[in-house]
Amino acid sequence: MQLARVIGTVVATVKTPGLEGVKLLVIQPLDRDLKPSGTQFVAADAVHMAGPGELVYFVAAREASQAMPNTFVPVDHAIVGIVDAVTVTRGGSGGAS
Amino acid sequence: MKLARVAGTVVSTINSPDFDDRTLLLCDLLDPAGKPAGGYTIAVDTVGAGEGETVLLMDEGNSARQILQAPGAPIRTVIVGIVDAVEEPA
Repeated sequence: MQLARVIGTVVATVKTPGLEGVKLLVIQPLDRDLKPSGTQFVAADAVHMAGPGELVYFVAAREASQAMPNTFVPVDHAIVGIVDAVTVTRGGSGGAS
Repeated sequence: MKLARVAGTVVSTINSPDFDDRTLLLCDLLDPAGKPAGGYTIAVDTVGAGEGETVLLMDEGNSARQILQAPGAPIRTVIVGIVDAVEEPA
């Protein structure tokens, strides 16, 4: 799981069956210091409450679809939590992933 | 499995139900020599690891769900051990 910032929403009317009602958000992955790291991509919102500007964590690969109500859906990144706080006291500036 | 050092905690109240009552730790990935390998991951703690400790990360979904006894949970990365020492042949 990694941290990301929600930067936008995606609207798609025509979708593969199973993706109806799934909220899609554009997210920017972050490094451990909450700085943008890597390319932006679309993730499904499994908590149904994330919105633009929010700090979230997401899970990738097969586990992403496990977070969805129907677990056999073509989803490769899912937001599984909204972050209240990240407390990092050790290291820093070495976390680009 | 991967070596990592616990750098801090991630707190979240609104999350997927499978994450309720679980501790999330932010871990910096390490090389075998104990130096940062670049990159980090957020892992579910199962052993009571604390900040600054070197830990063993398992990054595979089926094993994670088995350890947590949570079939169907969207969890892939779990801390499964606290490392005392890493020895490499000279």
